[in-house]
Amino acid sequence: MGSLRYRVAAIAAVTALSLWALFPRTVIERARGPNGEFLYNPDGLERLDTTRRIPIKRGLDLQGGTHLTLEVDESKGAIPNKADAIDRALKVVRTRIDQFGVAEPVVQKAGNDRIVVELPGIDDQKRAVSVVQQSAFLQFQIVDKTQALDKAIPHVDAVLKSKGLAATTPRNGAAAAPNAGVQSLFSTPSDTVKPDTGKAATTASARKATSRGTDKARAAPQKGDTARSRAVPATKSESGASDTGALAGITGGPFSHLVQQGQGPGEYFVAQSDVPTVQRYLALPEVQAALPPGKVVRWESDTVSIGQRAYRAMYVLDARPIITGEYLIDAQPASDPIEGTKVDFQLNREGGRRFQEETAKHIKDYMAIVLDTLVMGRPPIIQSAIGSRGQITMGGRDLQAAQDLALVLRAGALPVPLKVAEVRAIGASLGADSVRKGVTAGLIAIVLVIVIMAGYYRGSGLLAVGGLALYVLYTLAALATFDAVLTLPGLAGFVLSIGIAVDANVLIFERIREELDRGKTPRTAIDEGFRHAMTAIIDSNVTTVLTAAVLYQYGSGPVRGFAVTLIAGILASMVTSIFVVRAFYMIWLGRARAPQTISI
Amino acid sequence: MLRIFHNTSYDFIKPWRIMVGATVAFIVVGIGSLALRGVRYSIDFTGGTLVQLQFTQPPDVGQLRSVLDSGGVRGAEIQSFGSNRDFTVRAQSGTRAAGPGGGADSVAARIETVLASHYGRPNFRVVRTEAVGPKVGSELRRGALVAVLISFVVTLLYLAIRFEWRFGVAAVIATAHDILTTLAFIKLLDLEVSLTVVAAILTVIGYSLNDTIIIFDRVRENLRKKRKESLYDTLNRSINETLPRSVMTHATAFAATFALWLFAGEVIRPFAWVMGFGIVTGTFSSIYVAGPVLLWIERRYPRDVGVRGPARNGAQRPAKRPAAQAASLRS
Repeated sequence: MGSLRYRVAAIAAVTALSLWALFPRTVIERARGPNGEFLYNPDGLERLDTTRRIPIKRGLDLQGGTHLTLEVDESKGAIPNKADAIDRALKVVRTRIDQFGVAEPVVQKAGNDRIVVELPGIDDQKRAVSVVQQSAFLQFQIVDKTQALDKAIPHVDAVLKSKGLAATTPRNGAAAAPNAGVQSLFSTPSDTVKPDTGKAATTASARKATSRGTDKARAAPQKGDTARSRAVPATKSESGASDTGALAGITGGPFSHLVQQGQGPGEYFVAQSDVPTVQRYLALPEVQAALPPGKVVRWESDTVSIGQRAYRAMYVLDARPIITGEYLIDAQPASDPIEGTKVDFQLNREGGRRFQEETAKHIKDYMAIVLDTLVMGRPPIIQSAIGSRGQITMGGRDLQAAQDLALVLRAGALPVPLKVAEVRAIGASLGADSVRKGVTAGLIAIVLVIVIMAGYYRGSGLLAVGGLALYVLYTLAALATFDAVLTLPGLAGFVLSIGIAVDANVLIFERIREELDRGKTPRTAIDEGFRHAMTAIIDSNVTTVLTAAVLYQYGSGPVRGFAVTLIAGILASMVTSIFVVRAFYMIWLGRARAPQTISI
Repeated sequence: MLRIFHNTSYDFIKPWRIMVGATVAFIVVGIGSLALRGVRYSIDFTGGTLVQLQFTQPPDVGQLRSVLDSGGVRGAEIQSFGSNRDFTVRAQSGTRAAGPGGGADSVAARIETVLASHYGRPNFRVVRTEAVGPKVGSELRRGALVAVLISFVVTLLYLAIRFEWRFGVAAVIATAHDILTTLAFIKLLDLEVSLTVVAAILTVIGYSLNDTIIIFDRVRENLRKKRKESLYDTLNRSINETLPRSVMTHATAFAATFALWLFAGEVIRPFAWVMGFGIVTGTFSSIYVAGPVLLWIERRYPRDVGVRGPARNGAQRPAKRPAAQAASLRS
């Protein structure tokens, strides 16, 4: 009976530990509304709440959140020493996420060239993506003034024609038809249109319209600079001036008829509906080769409405930035009644020196502020050398956008551009719904299994049900203790394992019945039953564990959660069916001295 | 004592030809159609974008499609997801929405913008977004394949250590059969192959092996005990002896699968389908694939003479060679 005492003590201890592991804790998490949506304080920050809940970590698919996989974007050129770059990028991303203020974020390297970011509770994937991936690759680039693209355009047209790419798709034509008046101002619907200086006046007026929306980038006066040397937005200095941007050099062709020259040098406009087409053309390797060397084409971040049509500006810039965001030491959001929201930034001493040097060289040139390959507002003219302070105006965007931009600028620029290779965003309400459904399925499964087991094995079946209860407890406790993440497939695997976990008991019970059939006493039959069933139980469970381990090794995210739950379930099921149910039997037999029969 | 299938002595192996023929036909039809027309992969594997939407009012699907089309999200696949207010919109990775980022996220953002401008924000919600780049997709596909193959090798090794190689080979062939029938089943039901479905396939592998091992364990035990019996009879006896256990375990596993199928929601339903079929095919293959293969191997590569005496029904022909026992592989 001594062995029974130890068994009972061990079971009691494990059960107590499991209960303690699952005892609800007080945690701080984001407050949720009645539908599971996250709540915000009036200042736009996330509202936090203390709640008590069972300390099992739920995967993003169960609690809602955003999973991002980022990889080095090499579409704009190969990155040397990628492994090192990704390590530095990882630090930057981590800093940003910390500043973002998410509870329990995960930022880790996956493989050699990826970063995985998991943001529990972030419903707004667009914002998460923009904070993590976009912004902060800040560059100041001089706008090309040599009309390099104009010279290259005939070549580009020829390349596209030789590839048989007629530009005018039916959709473009259809879209153009209703507002042909505006269309005629800028674009040339047929292939044979020639440059027409008569349209320059309207171009200028359109440009004025443009300036309303896009006059938002300028470099601020240098601190303490009494001369008030400053970069004045090009439009302000020139508004009213006419004809500086003639539609020179553009002829009809697959490419050129989609692109209108803007007013400033290196500035072009493309109708919003044509932007994908133009981007596709520009991405062709043949076109890339035809473009002027040492120059890059960059798009403006916002669209401009002219009449009923939306346009986007496209700039040709010197590929070499005069300065990049790595010299930036501080950035703060600010609000200005005239300029709207903006971000003030400060460069470090070396950056300030270089900036001053470079801007001095480029007086009267236009300078584009490029953030992650997007031109932030119309490039201003450099009036005189600029030092270590500047600002980026945010146009019509709200204070949160300025806050986010300042945050990422502060956290540091990414050493390499990153692109999103994978996004999975689950709304909090869907996650809560999945939990509810999974728990329902689990409860139903338990009821069905209890009915089957108790109906067929009677008393012994009830022992198995007792074992099953402990099985559920131990499995959940194991998940809580090892900080495993419970995902939706994991939850499904757990429910499934409830049905499979009793297999070991079934094997044992059937074996006991066989031994009883051979005329053995209940006590011997139980001993023999457990002994003989052991090899089958171990062999069959080991293969399942091996399969699950492989799944863990090669699976990702939710599937890993599935594998972990499966392994925890199998181990717990072996412990309960072999050890715990055995102890139950011992207690049962010990009470009724030498029973003639057992209920099985 | 309530008992089912107690002390049975069905000749399970007898109709093996018919059974093997039936399962081969099933596999040929399913895999053939899979080879010809391919299988529907989820965006996990193809790359692309999935957006799950919840509307406050049931929208008109045709209208939804035309709204997305005119918004520049063309060729998207729109499916109802569990109710007439829930929909998924899928776009292949070729679809690129306007935007300089061109990352995996842009299509999803585009879909949301287009719908917001047409239906208005409060009338629908984006409850789930999944966007997978083509590179990640092909890696996941490779990973899934590698996972299946490695789990194969690992279980073969384990079986070779724990059992004799004959059993290992028979068990692995039975498992391969299960994978093929499960794929055929997936194709015939036109289920979408996602990561969760791959997880289900691997679980089926584990479950089916489990079942095969239970029977082989009994065969091993019976081989040690009863030496005057052909392997054919030993196999049948072992299957009959483990029959009550099989029925009970399959019943409970099926009950749990059924609960998942019915209550766990749309995301898990394909998993439950595959698992439910896996229970059937796993049971089937333990008897009709693992058994005949074991007998066949036994005939080709007989174990050492003296392990067993002559077959019961072949007793009048004193064993010329142990291979003669395999003559009992009757139809």
